[in-house]
Amino acid sequence: MSQSLRIENLHASVDGHEILKGLTLEVPKGQVHAIMGPNGSGKSTLSKVIAGHEDYTVTQGSVFLDDINLLDLEIDERSRAGFFLAFQYPHEIPGVSNANFIRAARQARLPKGEEIDAIAFYREMYAKMDELGMDRKFTARSVNEGFSGGEKKRNEILQMMMLEPKYAILDETDSGLDIDALKIVAQGVNAMRSPERGFLVITHYQRLLDYIVPDVVHVLHDGRIIHTGGKELAYELEEKGYDWIINEPVAA
Amino acid sequence: MPDSATLEAVTIDQDEGNFSYPEDYAHDAGYGLDEGTVDYISNIKGEAEWIREFRQKALKVFFAKPMPTHWASKDLENIIFKDIRYYLSKGQAPTRSWDEVPDDVKKTFERLGIPEKERKYLAGVEAQFDSEAAYSNVKEELTKEGVIFVNSTEGLREHPEIFRKWFGKVIPTGDNKFSALNSAVFSGGSFIYVPPGVKVKHPLQAYFRINAENFGQFERTLIIVDEGAEVTYMEGCTAPKFETATLHSAVVELVAMKDAKIQYITVQNWSNNVFNLVTKRGLAHENAEIRWIDCNIGSRLTMKYPGVIMKGRKARGEVISIALANDGQHQDTGAKMIHAADETTSNIVAKSISVGTGRSTYRGQVHIPKHLKGCKNNTECDALLINSSSRTDTYPAITVRGNQHATQHEASVSQVSEDQIFYMKQRGLSEGEAMSLSVNGFVNDLVREFPMEYSVELKRLIDMEMEGSVG
Repeated sequence: MSQSLRIENLHASVDGHEILKGLTLEVPKGQVHAIMGPNGSGKSTLSKVIAGHEDYTVTQGSVFLDDINLLDLEIDERSRAGFFLAFQYPHEIPGVSNANFIRAARQARLPKGEEIDAIAFYREMYAKMDELGMDRKFTARSVNEGFSGGEKKRNEILQMMMLEPKYAILDETDSGLDIDALKIVAQGVNAMRSPERGFLVITHYQRLLDYIVPDVVHVLHDGRIIHTGGKELAYELEEKGYDWIINEPVAA
Repeated sequence: MPDSATLEAVTIDQDEGNFSYPEDYAHDAGYGLDEGTVDYISNIKGEAEWIREFRQKALKVFFAKPMPTHWASKDLENIIFKDIRYYLSKGQAPTRSWDEVPDDVKKTFERLGIPEKERKYLAGVEAQFDSEAAYSNVKEELTKEGVIFVNSTEGLREHPEIFRKWFGKVIPTGDNKFSALNSAVFSGGSFIYVPPGVKVKHPLQAYFRINAENFGQFERTLIIVDEGAEVTYMEGCTAPKFETATLHSAVVELVAMKDAKIQYITVQNWSNNVFNLVTKRGLAHENAEIRWIDCNIGSRLTMKYPGVIMKGRKARGEVISIALANDGQHQDTGAKMIHAADETTSNIVAKSISVGTGRSTYRGQVHIPKHLKGCKNNTECDALLINSSSRTDTYPAITVRGNQHATQHEASVSQVSEDQIFYMKQRGLSEGEAMSLSVNGFVNDLVREFPMEYSVELKRLIDMEMEGSVG
């Protein structure tokens, strides 16, 4: 079985309105792919459909994580199978400390009856927070509550580092970040790049791809991948916009 | 964090509570309630005449008072008083040694983890099985200091000079229909006296267990803490899941003398056939403090509004309340704060969670009369709804007269959003785990008020409830 996140002919709709219209794309382990596309092309829908959000109905197609059909699994099972989504708008969980939340997520991955080693857990989390330049006080604060945009995004990366997924989608992780925060977040992601892990980075701007350099860039338009190229494609898009691709005939 | 042994020792969940032993009672007052029932109870206990008269008078008040269904739930009409048994006991005096406790009773409390708790962190324990205490023990050093911790029968018989003065004074018989019922048929409960200046370091605990079906448990508790003394009392309650309704109707009176402190903690985990109708009130003298920390999980209908009458200058009253109404349950809870002296302060923080068709109601009464000066009240009530079919109502009644007082009232209703649950599930938590964590987060600031052992237990109880409430 191939070691990849494989999306094949994916059709998905919300309220009877089709948004993904036969999307096909494969992220092999060890690679970073980027998806770029104009507003409304279906970028955020893609990440939610793969995560299993109940507002979206998959009408056709498949999503495989290695040899596991993700569409057969519940939201939490997909996560435990090794899929992580860094949210564009991370939610707040009032009263639940960041440390407890991450710990509960780690605990959910252990066999029943097995307990997390609390000391090792904190040691590991502190080390990763240091890498991300996060103050220790974020362990005790409620998840994302009162966090600035940049703090929320760092917190997403912290969770990703702690959960060590096989495949991760970063959904517009660069939005709302200043350049320094962007560099730190990118550093975190780069530190996690490995032959054992694949990334799909959704972004509007080429800027992020200066720091997380992709192997492949896809262009998403109207629910389909209409163009695929190397990392230089991102610069081309930045310079020329999307129209030149959108207007070219779709390859059969 | 407590180690796993502590966790194990303090865990009580509803399924652990869901068992009962066959009935073999030496004393059974039979079904229904009349003067004969009351005499039967009084005779068995060998009570003084004044107590018998107190009971008989209360019975008349009970019959005369209508059900409070003009403001309370109509579900009260489903209590069939003639189908209830009002007194059941094995006819044994409470023992100080576990070995002498009847076998099935001992097994019951051992399954509920009581002896371990006593060893670990309690200064005294009383374990009530249906109508009477089966076990009662208090650490010797406390007895030497003059602390009394006995059941109601013994308290009134052995120490009338201490208890009679306050018995039925904080909550008069006619306060409400159920306080009258309790006054007629009360049995068991804790009578506690702490002498001046004695600060009881570890909590005293009572454990109330209903074992028999169609039964009513009517414990009576009176705690008197003398000048400058302090005590923390905790009670836990469980019952098995029977097919028919069971009634629990307690009366709890607290008296805090000058500079005294009482903290009264309840964690109830009734099965969902229990009508839980309890009257709790404390009287705080000058500079005294009474705190009710009340956690209501389970039951079919709970009606409970712990109160504090602040009778002396600078007295303080506090109610911290958590209620969780699961499918088919109604938690009607709140607080009463009666300011009766200058510079008295009260604080109410109530949080309720409604799950599925569960319903929670907050009723609060704060009374500050015109002639007083410098009184303060703070009331916060927050409700969390888990499903769109859940319901919550808030009825705050704050009467403040005069202009030399400060009151503050805040209320909120929130819902666990689907997107929040989605986010948590994306991190690998099941729906039940996500719900538990959200609910625990909602009550987190209040849970911290509980002693550590109880906050762990509370968290487990909430987990159990939430796990069971989703797919």
